[in-house]
Amino acid sequence: MSESTAKATASGGGPKISKVSEAVIRIAGNSQDGIQAIGGFLARLAGRSEQEVMTFMTIPSTISGGPSIFQVRIGSGEVLSSGDEADVLLAFYQHSYENHIGFLKDSGVVLYDSSHVTPNEDWQKKYRHVGVGISELTVEAIGGTAKDKGKNIFALGLVARMFDLDVSKLERLIDERFRGKVSTVAETALTAFRAGYGYMQTSLAEHYQFTPPQKRGKEQVVMNGNEALAYGLLAAGVRFGAGYPITPWSDLMEILRNELPKYGGTFVQAEDELAAVSMALGASYAGRVAVTGSSGPGLSLKGEAIGWGVMAEMPLVVVDVQRGGPSTGMPTNIEQSDLNIACFGGHGDSPRVVLAPASVEDCFYTAIEAVNLARRYSVPVIILTDQAISTRIEAFSMPDLKTVVQDITPDLSTRADHKPYDLKAADGVTRHAAPGTRIESGVYPVVTGLEHDELGHPTSSPKLHLAMTAKRRRKLQALARTLPKPELFGAPEGNVLLVGWGSTKGSLHEAVEVARAAGDSVSCLHIRNVSPLPEGLEQIFDGFNHIFVVEVNDEGLYGYGQLAGLLRARYCDGRIQGINKTDGLTWRVRDVLARVKEKLASPKNS
Amino acid sequence: MSTPLAEVERKPLTKKELAAEHPTWCPGCGDFSVLALYFKLMEKRRIWHEKVTTVAGIGCSSRFPYFVQAHGAHFIHGRALPFATGLSLSRPDLHVFVFGGDGDAFSIGGNHFNHCARKNVKLTYLVMDNQVYGLTKKQTSPTSPIGFKSKTDTWGAQDEPVNPMRQALTAGATFVARTTHTNPKHLLEVMEQAMDHDGFSFIECLSECTEFFEGAFDSSNPRKGGEFLEMPQGHDVTDEMAAYRIAGVPFPGHFGVFYKVQKTTKNAKEAEINRRLREKVKGLEDWQILQQNFDRMK
Repeated sequence: MSESTAKATASGGGPKISKVSEAVIRIAGNSQDGIQAIGGFLARLAGRSEQEVMTFMTIPSTISGGPSIFQVRIGSGEVLSSGDEADVLLAFYQHSYENHIGFLKDSGVVLYDSSHVTPNEDWQKKYRHVGVGISELTVEAIGGTAKDKGKNIFALGLVARMFDLDVSKLERLIDERFRGKVSTVAETALTAFRAGYGYMQTSLAEHYQFTPPQKRGKEQVVMNGNEALAYGLLAAGVRFGAGYPITPWSDLMEILRNELPKYGGTFVQAEDELAAVSMALGASYAGRVAVTGSSGPGLSLKGEAIGWGVMAEMPLVVVDVQRGGPSTGMPTNIEQSDLNIACFGGHGDSPRVVLAPASVEDCFYTAIEAVNLARRYSVPVIILTDQAISTRIEAFSMPDLKTVVQDITPDLSTRADHKPYDLKAADGVTRHAAPGTRIESGVYPVVTGLEHDELGHPTSSPKLHLAMTAKRRRKLQALARTLPKPELFGAPEGNVLLVGWGSTKGSLHEAVEVARAAGDSVSCLHIRNVSPLPEGLEQIFDGFNHIFVVEVNDEGLYGYGQLAGLLRARYCDGRIQGINKTDGLTWRVRDVLARVKEKLASPKNS
Repeated sequence: MSTPLAEVERKPLTKKELAAEHPTWCPGCGDFSVLALYFKLMEKRRIWHEKVTTVAGIGCSSRFPYFVQAHGAHFIHGRALPFATGLSLSRPDLHVFVFGGDGDAFSIGGNHFNHCARKNVKLTYLVMDNQVYGLTKKQTSPTSPIGFKSKTDTWGAQDEPVNPMRQALTAGATFVARTTHTNPKHLLEVMEQAMDHDGFSFIECLSECTEFFEGAFDSSNPRKGGEFLEMPQGHDVTDEMAAYRIAGVPFPGHFGVFYKVQKTTKNAKEAEINRRLREKVKGLEDWQILQQNFDRMK
């Protein structure tokens, strides 16, 4: 909790009020306790209050129950990561208390359910303990029928009072969330909330108040990465999708299944991953780029069909919400270990486009970019998100949907003749005439996975295989030339350049801020166009002594993570080294910095 | 609905206009017959180039799209049906024909066959069954009879073969028919009925591989001393159990429409979901529909 210097004490002997610019609240309980709902309300409130917010959650991979946490960081200024340490721990059970107290800052506050938690004496000296009989008091407030229901909302009331949150906004959020169900549900929830709020009024010696946020003047929306990506696809004009359930991709596909029909589109739950990608390719062939998606194992299964998309030069968007691998791996944990399969996971020479959004907001815009690149370059585009960003909630400026939403209805008008795989086409880019298009010459194209001539007919001519392979490569080289050089965060010259990709951007930027504040010369380069890479990175690298590629994947057989390996292959630059980990969690800022120090101290770098 | 004058004036396509590349099949291959009758079907039913799409997987028979002068897609092994599903659901204006062999349908793509059938996706699937892997030069296929000597079963095929009719019936196909390349008139009739069926229509067409399984279907060919047995007199095409029993008659069995019922297609069901959901957002442009969601997330 960053406290401002001004500490106000309320008059009349009430609780002390401290001004804070940000706070990290970790809620620990079991997955069925609705702790995500508490975090969700806090995040949405922050969004409506023009504050910045970022959340982090873990989910057990068990079917029901199991320990789970939801962490929310709210700030009046910029929030880049979900926070290394918590200011407040809300613990529902003994295991929540014991397993998470280590994440609490010194003299942080533990708010615990005294119906379930017995505090530890040593810890009581180190942290401020506030015991509330959350379970009992909830039952008392809303009646004894539903033993564990409502205690999350009661606890939300406690937190609301503790941070002097906007009660009327919160009550409206609660009402919006539960309205529509049985009318008493919303009332019961509000009763629980008010009971918690009222209880805290009298039982806490110190309350906190957020300093006013920096005015943005623009409305904010609050959602997680899966939601942003799904809505981005809809905005981009995608009207067909197919998928197969797999964590953590399933939520995204559920949104598409429910939303697409409103736009006249269709989403099919396919019999397997192979069918899903095939259906999407069939729909793309029908004239409008379609989407499929999955997580780790599913991407392996889709590999052959994606290769067909490369060969037939068929536009396609494939979402891969990465999780711990290989094989079934760790389904509910984050890992960035699918970069290689995304870029190179096809037999034969099969270049494709790979994008990795850096934030929840970026998920929305990356989806649109993916659709447009797939269409413009007639190629499969893989979007690499991960478990962390898919469930992470962030607030961002409301997009101007009227201008962002695009119409990509296919052009089926008659044409004189058509040659999809025209070797003389500018930059080697293929244009398809979708079925239904009348071609007056009477010569019709075929799309195929066999090497082919300009009309799509099979050939085993060495000359044509050379020319067509080059064509499929050339168009992506042309794309690379149009990509903006990634922006450097921090000074353009210095000692250490951190390089990251995908969802770790916020943590790395915060690491740069912390390092620079401590007088260390650290900058960061974040790459979202993973394949093809933008041009000119070597000029950025030239400004630094050390280039450390920070990834959530293994250092591999030769000592480099997946992006590090790619960059080394591309730039033959011996300064490029890896900072890697595979503990299933996002990078904490202090861990990044500790690893940088370690790296600099190694004999190789001194 | 009136047809534009230009459409009426268009002459039926001739074989010459419909033939593309010369087929790469071996001389005497049964697949020639299927191709010729596909052309005849388009000519007879006045289907224009652009209104039909020919989709195939991998195998000898799956080279089909290259030989047809119309939009076509040659997809990967076993996945022609899901590819065609995406196409069919996106484009109600097209006739989607899928061609393939027994390996595509019952081995590598077996799962898709079952699910496409049960979902009743509107398309026609014609399997040219030669009971052998021809493109890879004589390995055992899922429909090879027990005892068939292939390169992978030099002592004769061991496993119980798939019965395509029973497989289709069990999977829930709404149109199930059997024909053979040696009876062109029958083949055309069945194709026409399949095309007119609103739903998933499946045809097994025996198609001899003269190179690797010569004479496999002689017992069904009167010209080779066999007998072409039509469906038993009075067979009720809506009687699933009867169809299943007839499908159990030992080879060469019966030929004709085994089963045909009308059920709502996947296409119609999805269209109905669309209609219902679009009713709720009536009059709104796409961006306004999305705005509703974003407003809820403020």
